[in-house]
Amino acid sequence: MPWHGPSSPFQQGKDSPMDTPIIELTGVTKSFGPVNVLRGIEFRAYPGKVTALVGDNGAGKSTLIKGLAGVQPYDGGEVRFDGEAVTLSHPRDAARLGIEIVYQDLALCDNLDIVQNMFLGREEMVAGTFDEGRMERQSSEVLRSLNVRTVKSVRQKVSSLSGGQRQTVAIARAVLKKAKVVILDEPTAALGVAQTEQVLNLVQRLASQGVAVVIISHNLSDVFKVADYISVLYLGTMVAEVPTVETTYDDVVGYITGSKTYVPSGASA
Amino acid sequence: MSAPTTNTTTLIPGPSDDLIGSGQEGGLAEQFRGWVSRVRQGEMGALPAIAGFLVLAILFSFLSPTFLTERNFANFLTQAAELVLLAMALVFVILLGEIDLSAGVTGGLTMSIWVVLVDVTHVQWFLALLIAFAAGLAVGSFIGFFVAKVGIPSFVVTLGLFLGFQGLELLIIGKGGSYQVQTPQILAIMNNNLPVWAGWLILAIAVVLSLGMSFWDRSRRTAAQVPNGPLTLVWIKAGAILVVGGILVFLLNQDRSASIIAIQGVPIVVPIVLAVLLIGTFVLDRTKFGRYVYAVGGNAEAARRSGVNVVLIRFMVFVICSFLAVGSGLFTVARVGIVDATTGKDIVLSGVAAAVVGGVSLFGGRGKLVHAAVGALVIAVITNGLGLLNLPAGLNNVIAGGVLVLAATIDALSRLRSGGNLLRR
Repeated sequence: MPWHGPSSPFQQGKDSPMDTPIIELTGVTKSFGPVNVLRGIEFRAYPGKVTALVGDNGAGKSTLIKGLAGVQPYDGGEVRFDGEAVTLSHPRDAARLGIEIVYQDLALCDNLDIVQNMFLGREEMVAGTFDEGRMERQSSEVLRSLNVRTVKSVRQKVSSLSGGQRQTVAIARAVLKKAKVVILDEPTAALGVAQTEQVLNLVQRLASQGVAVVIISHNLSDVFKVADYISVLYLGTMVAEVPTVETTYDDVVGYITGSKTYVPSGASA
Repeated sequence: MSAPTTNTTTLIPGPSDDLIGSGQEGGLAEQFRGWVSRVRQGEMGALPAIAGFLVLAILFSFLSPTFLTERNFANFLTQAAELVLLAMALVFVILLGEIDLSAGVTGGLTMSIWVVLVDVTHVQWFLALLIAFAAGLAVGSFIGFFVAKVGIPSFVVTLGLFLGFQGLELLIIGKGGSYQVQTPQILAIMNNNLPVWAGWLILAIAVVLSLGMSFWDRSRRTAAQVPNGPLTLVWIKAGAILVVGGILVFLLNQDRSASIIAIQGVPIVVPIVLAVLLIGTFVLDRTKFGRYVYAVGGNAEAARRSGVNVVLIRFMVFVICSFLAVGSGLFTVARVGIVDATTGKDIVLSGVAAAVVGGVSLFGGRGKLVHAAVGALVIAVITNGLGLLNLPAGLNNVIAGGVLVLAATIDALSRLRSGGNLLRR
């Protein structure tokens, strides 16, 4: 289903787009030897909006994300952050810009408590030793700002938390240092119904705080619940970028499987 | 990945503004209940080892009339020192889920180098000691390089060194040979005692340190406006150190000589071991390096993604372990008075056993230095007690082995009960 609308940020050549994207990829390429994984990708994410990145296995989602994280730099193309051209060649670059990734396998240490996990690698120090009070307070405040109600103590070991609570801690960890872009890789993959709901609420709250959220998911019903925009990758090309309200479940499935072709309204006009 | 579970935990409102709890809330009774529930969930720490130590001590005091004497107590402490230090050294590598089988022979080899330097080449004893510790650092760097950088399992690297160093010791010392330790300063570590007043001074320092750390922590928590635990707990802790430490110092300050010349005071080795324990605990609990050791031991990939230099942490724990292993070797030769080609050959597995008995997890990420120290005291009390009973030496290892398996079983069962899984938790 083609979409129209003067307010669409995806319309090219319009004078006043609704938002300026905080992240804008143009013509991004990446290949591993003879395999072209990304073949000139366009991708945008907007502050205060949730952008879903969907696509079948092997479509290039992970490669796209690893490029943004600075873990696997892109081969070519342009990355603009807040309108400025940037290079992401090291995880440090991403961290400095405020791009945080919450990986699928959570990347938490079971044997450490919530505060220790949230501040791992960036502990607050006084005279060479930890300022536990300050870290505890900030952890508590971030979790509260995300409206977390199910954690009894920030000094609980992560091993004692449920799957949803772990995901919550991982997300809270990402936003601790005022992240501008938070990328969530399959945040609901291992969760039950109630906990999925909990995490999706968290995603929306994150966006409402002005963070640009990018969510990778195979679960389209989750995507339709939280995403403002849906970007579809198919064999290394971005085949569709649509506002969620202007598309349907079946169309998105079609784009993912390659059985439908997305025609932007700008091109058809 | 753990299966999703429903969430039944309820919110306990923070004390001041709307903060999430931190386990510091409530009075003494509530703190105690929190501790009990943590223990019941399997976080027992050194509790089983402490209980085991007390049971063995009571048993031996009934079986042997000399067990509960001041002299045996001092003997016990000096006998245990080398194992306590080695077990603490091993904690650093075990926290990463690694192992150092060469820790014992590293002590033996470096002491062989030391004794040959002093006795044959007549190098000044202290300079030779510095060379021995430097050799320890070199050994640790060697292991660290091959484990952290090349990626060979630590079991293999250190097994290789375990075999190789025994050969080197033999080459340095010569077959069947042995060297007498003639440096009085070294022999003094194990055979001389502090003056009576120094024992009390050390106790006073310990109490002041305990109070100082507690109040420093509290002041920082207050500055951050997060709740502090009950003040009474601080005084109870300091009081416990004062009372228990006071009894120990008092006993060691009694004359335990069988002759007219008085032997009294805390053995010199005791404050050395305590200092290592204190500094090591400080590093592990309060510095980035220590936190990263636990993080890498818990989930190396998570640590790497958080910006932790995992290779460096892996490297450093082996350097620390080998360095402290030299100290353990030094204690051994100071106690025995000779260095031969087998020095340090047998102790390393006792060190690993001590750490496990104390509650340090071989899978990494869980355990403290003090746990290993208590575990080492359990192993040492078996040796000491059986020695007094004049039982065959083989029995010593049989019982130590039994205690090890028992400790591991208690640990596993406590984990099962808390819903964990036997292997990794």
